[in-house]
This record gives sequence, C-alpha cells and structure tokens, in this order.
Amino acid sequence: MKIAEKINKDSLKEYKRSLRFSLHVIGHPFDGFWDLIHEKRGSMAAANTIMIAVLLIRIWRMQMTNFMFILYRPQNFNVLMCCLEILVPIVIGCISNWCLTTLFDGKGTLKSIYMAVCYAYTPYVLLQLPMIFISNVVTAEEGVFWTYMDRFTDIWIAILILSAMMMIHDYTLGKAIFAAIATAIGMLIIIFILLLFFSLISDGFAYFISLYKEIAFRFY
Amino acid sequence: MNSKKIMQRFVCLLLAMLLLSPAVAIKAENNYYTYIYDVFGDERESPDAYTPQLRVLGIDFGIGDFSQPQGMYAKGDRIYIADTGNNRIVELFVGSESLSLVRVIDTFKNAGGDDTFNAPNDVFVTDNGDLYICDTENKRVVHLDKDLNLVKTLIQPTDETYDATHDFLPTKAVVDAAGRILVLGRNVNKGVMQYSPEGEFTGYIGASKVTFSMIDYIWKKLATQAQRAQMDQFVPTEYNNIALDKDGFVYVTTSVFSEWDLKDDKAKPIRKLNSMGSDILIKNGDTPPIGDIQWGDGGGVKGPSKLIDVTPLENDIYYAIDRTRCRIFGYDSQGQLLYAFGGNGNALGYFTNPVALDHIGNDLYVLDGSRNSLTKLVLTDYGKQINNAILAYQKGDYDLSADHWRQVLRMNSNYDLAYLGIGRALLRQNRYKEAMEYFELKYYGKAYSKAFKLWRKEWIEEHIVYFVLGLLILIVVPKTIKTVKKVKREVSEE
Repeated sequence: MKIAEKINKDSLKEYKRSLRFSLHVIGHPFDGFWDLIHEKRGSMAAANTIMIAVLLIRIWRMQMTNFMFILYRPQNFNVLMCCLEILVPIVIGCISNWCLTTLFDGKGTLKSIYMAVCYAYTPYVLLQLPMIFISNVVTAEEGVFWTYMDRFTDIWIAILILSAMMMIHDYTLGKAIFAAIATAIGMLIIIFILLLFFSLISDGFAYFISLYKEIAFRFY
Repeated sequence: MNSKKIMQRFVCLLLAMLLLSPAVAIKAENNYYTYIYDVFGDERESPDAYTPQLRVLGIDFGIGDFSQPQGMYAKGDRIYIADTGNNRIVELFVGSESLSLVRVIDTFKNAGGDDTFNAPNDVFVTDNGDLYICDTENKRVVHLDKDLNLVKTLIQPTDETYDATHDFLPTKAVVDAAGRILVLGRNVNKGVMQYSPEGEFTGYIGASKVTFSMIDYIWKKLATQAQRAQMDQFVPTEYNNIALDKDGFVYVTTSVFSEWDLKDDKAKPIRKLNSMGSDILIKNGDTPPIGDIQWGDGGGVKGPSKLIDVTPLENDIYYAIDRTRCRIFGYDSQGQLLYAFGGNGNALGYFTNPVALDHIGNDLYVLDGSRNSLTKLVLTDYGKQINNAILAYQKGDYDLSADHWRQVLRMNSNYDLAYLGIGRALLRQNRYKEAMEYFELKYYGKAYSKAFKLWRKEWIEEHIVYFVLGLLILIVVPKTIKTVKKVKREVSEE
C-alpha cells in the first residue's frame, strides 16, 4: 500500500515537473527540445494535457472572444469540428513527418514528434487565454494589439515546431525547412489516400448491401 | 341520365372554382418577393417595401402599343417615354390612380419644315418644359422648346478626343441646372460627353482610370497578335445610364466589369460623379452597392446583377434596376441596402427586360422594353416607415427616427438597419449599455466599439473609488504593518 502511494506520489511529481518543463522549452527551444526528447524530460501525460488545454481554449476563444475580432455564425458552431480543425492536421502532420523522416535518417519516433508538437503549442495556451479577456475590454482601435498578438502566437509556434524538428531528428535548419515542406506535401497525399480508401470501402459495403437485398428479394 | 350529366358538370365547375378562387386571392399577397441581406451575406425575407400598383400599355391610351421603348423621364406630374420603335415621344399625365395621355410627339418644326425622329432612345425635360431628345439613329440630340420648335442640335464632336471611326449614337442625355448637357453614347467609353449650354462639345467627365498591372504587361508580352486583340477589352467603362439627383450630382451606372471585381469595390457599377468627374458615392455598408451579393446559376439566368438604371430620390435614397434578374435595389445615402424586390416574370410587378427606372415623389416607374409596358410601384407602410426613419435621422431627430425603426422591427425583426438606427439613437441619449446590445445583435463592430468606449469610460469613472481603495490597500496596508512592527520591535528592544 505504502509503495503504491509512493509510486503515485513520484509519478505526480514527475508529471508536474514535465509540465513545468514546457515553460523552459518555449524560451529555450534548442536546448529545451533536445532535453525534452533525448534527456527524457518530457512526458506524454504533460503533452496530452497541453493538447487538451489548447482544444478547450480554442473552443472558448471562438465563443467568448468579442465579435469585433472573431465573427462566427452561432448556428454553425460545432465543438467537435472546432477540435478536429486542430487535431486532424496535427495527427496527420505527425504521421507524415514521421514517415518522411524515417526515410531521411531522422532520429525521432512518432511518439517524440507528437510530444514535441504538443509542447510547441504551449504559447497558444499562455497567450490566447488572456487574449479572450483582453478582446472584451478593448475598442476596435485598440484591437490592433489583439491582432498583433494573434500573429505573434502563430509565429512563435511555427518557430518552436521548426526548432523541434531540428532537435528531434538532428537536422540542420535547411534540412528541417525542406522536411517541413515535404511534410506538407505528405499530408496532402495522406488525405488523398484516406478519401480514396473511404470511398472504396463505402463502395464495397454498398456492394454487399445490394447483394443482400437481391437475395432477400429472391426469397421473400 | 341527362340531368345526371348536368349535375356532374355543375360539381366539376364548383370544384374548379374552389381550386381557383383561393389561388387568385393569395396571388396579390404572397407572389411578390422582397428581401435584404444580413451581415453574413445571407438572403433574408422581408415584408414588401414596394408594391406594384398598375401597369399600362400603349393601347390603353389608344395610340397603339409601344415598340421597344428605351428611355423614360418622369417629373412633376408628367412622364415622357421614348417610344423608340415607333419613332415618337409619348407624354403622359400622372393622376393619383391612373395615367392618361397628354400628347404624342412625333414631329417637330425645324427651320420652317417638319422633322421627325429616328429611333429616339431617351428624353429629358428641363424645368421650363424644354425637351432634349436623343435622336439616336439620326446621330444627334435635339433640343426643342415646349412648342416643339427646334432650338439647337448636338452633333458628333469634332474634337480629336472623339473616335471618329464610331458613329455618334447618343443613348442618354440629362441637362443640369447650369444648362450643361451630359450625353452618353453607344461605343463611347471615355466617360460622359459634356456639352456647353450653347451646344459645343467641351470634353468628357467621369472617365475611369485604366489600371494596368505588371501581370497584364507580362501576359501581353507573351501573347500572340490575335490574343492581344482579344485582350484589348481592358478599356475604361462604358456607362449605360445617367441620372441627376436633387443637388445636381450625376449618378451613372455601368454593366461592363469583371465579376470578381464587384465585391472588393473595383467594379463600381453605380457611381456618383461630382463636377470634377470623380466618384463620390458613399459606401458604408458591409458590401458596396452592387445589386445582388450572391448570384447563382439557375432558371436560365446567371452572373451578377447588371444595373442598367438608377434614380436618386429627394431623400438621398437611390434605386437601381438590374437587367439580369429584373430586380430593383434600394440603397440609403450611406450605401446600405434597404430592400430588393421584383424579379423576372410576367406577373404584375415583374419584368422581362427593364430598360428604365424613374420616380415621382416616392413612386417608382419601370419601363419594360420587351413587354412594352410601364409599371408603377408604390411604397407600402413598411417601406414608408423605413423611409421616414432615414429622413428623421437625416434631419437630426434621432428619437423620432428610433421610433420609426421600432415600428419597422415590429414588422420585420430581421431588419439590420433598424437595430443600427435604434442603437444610434440610444447612443445619443447616453444609454451606452443598451446601444451596445443593439449593435451586438447585428454585429456592428464599429458602432459597438464606439458605444463600448464611452461605456468603459463611464464605468471606470464610476468605479474609480474602488480602484484607488484597492491600490491603497495593496500598498499602504503592508507598509503600515511593517512600520508598526518596526516600531514595536524598537520599543521592545528598548
């Protein structure tokens, strides 16, 4: 009993430590991502926590940001779609990146790529949450600040992801940029194959359903 | 046996009457379609702002049908129709409920002899009754006094800026308060031709600048001779109609533009020209005044609205009519769509080929060039409330304007401008929070921001005491405690 408690306590401590490490990563991307993967300073639990926070903040952001900045049609708002708009590109991007980098002697595993991308999204959590509040206390003229912060978040995340690619796969900057472009093309190919696959599967199902109907009509 | 047959026929007749009678009754009510666009650009149904009152044909006056009439001018209690195919001008008297014939003008006195028209396209009448008639196929604009004596003729400019390879075919003419004559011609794409009161050509106004981009240049370099000839469509706009407003500004319409230039306001199908010829139309709406902002491809019609005539009213509301879908669009002086109505069809209030739009007071008159008919449309109560609200706002009576807008909302709770109007009135009364609510309901960001700024100022002024108190507590209290402790320690040490 006591041992189990101790392990629990240790794992909680470990979780807290790895979550706190995200704050170090966003300020020191090169050291941070290196340590995150190669020194095992990060954890999947922390990565998932950040991702869940990102999804929650995205939903709040869409709904609670002042309409001057984000105008959406309430009747068309869908929480699931709101989450998928972030999750699907990340998941497909991770898979595409992993597929390509294993071919071009990248060192990262799928797990480490996903973890690094989640950690790279930390600025989104840190900046966008206060921005929801700020958007409701500024006027349209002061809203320039909001727009700049929005761009700044995107740029920061992009820099973090790029440096993460360099550190995980042990790439140079040029190779990392090339890998990023190749990943984008890979994502398109994956989406194409998925669509093809789904349409084939549905055709296949339709064949068996019509076969069943034919047989059913014959016997009844 | 026979009586049974009669009975059957009687029942059939009854059934037919049952089927037909409600259809007739409903027709007048529901067959007319009026709509507006909301902030997202979606079409929203609206009550009728205008309703067709009557439609007249040439035979109603015993002068035979009109034949492809092209132009119309309405003023005071008279309407003048340029009955192009019959080579005549028809003058009508406007009664309250009906129209009656005054005279048919088909000849005029020219230097002792009689002269006639050849396919007159447009007519304009000045305040003292002088007529200006675009005698298109005779390649002239004739100026007649009210007894139909020729005063002067405007002919093809001898100026070198006029491309002499094209015939001079005047299609529209107006005369401003200073007596200057503004003429539009077929194949003239340099703007509006301007003649002095004496009939001398003085130049063009309102020619739009030709923009030439780097990409166009590269394409032209790469293109073959034949392709380049095709590309020469990058020409300035050819205006298709012209109208004067109460202040003497010139409204022109054009339907020569690229479809994708409409929404970012490069095409400018409606322009308001000042005396310098630059476009001063105010565009404060979500989209510029371009007619329909969504256009599909159905029922044999496709493409954007092609506005072919515009008429500015005395209250600065202007109406434009669209040839593509035969709809009429009403805009306020800020360029916001008030309502759109009409359509392509044969029923009353629908048109097949509208060619001219004009107004007397608030009544609109539409000339249909292929049905050879003239339709009168009158304001409904709903339309009157909207116009009154706008008028009250222009006069500076914001509370009255808000009252009218509230009446409008009672009839159409989707009417965006009403929320804006009420919000503005509330803003004037310093009821910022309520104004913010009205602006937010229809997502008017700019107005909301203005109201919010004032409300925020007021809120901070009201709560400044708490801020100061909070600051005091945060800074002064710890310091006092520190000092007290220090003093205590010193006391105890002693």
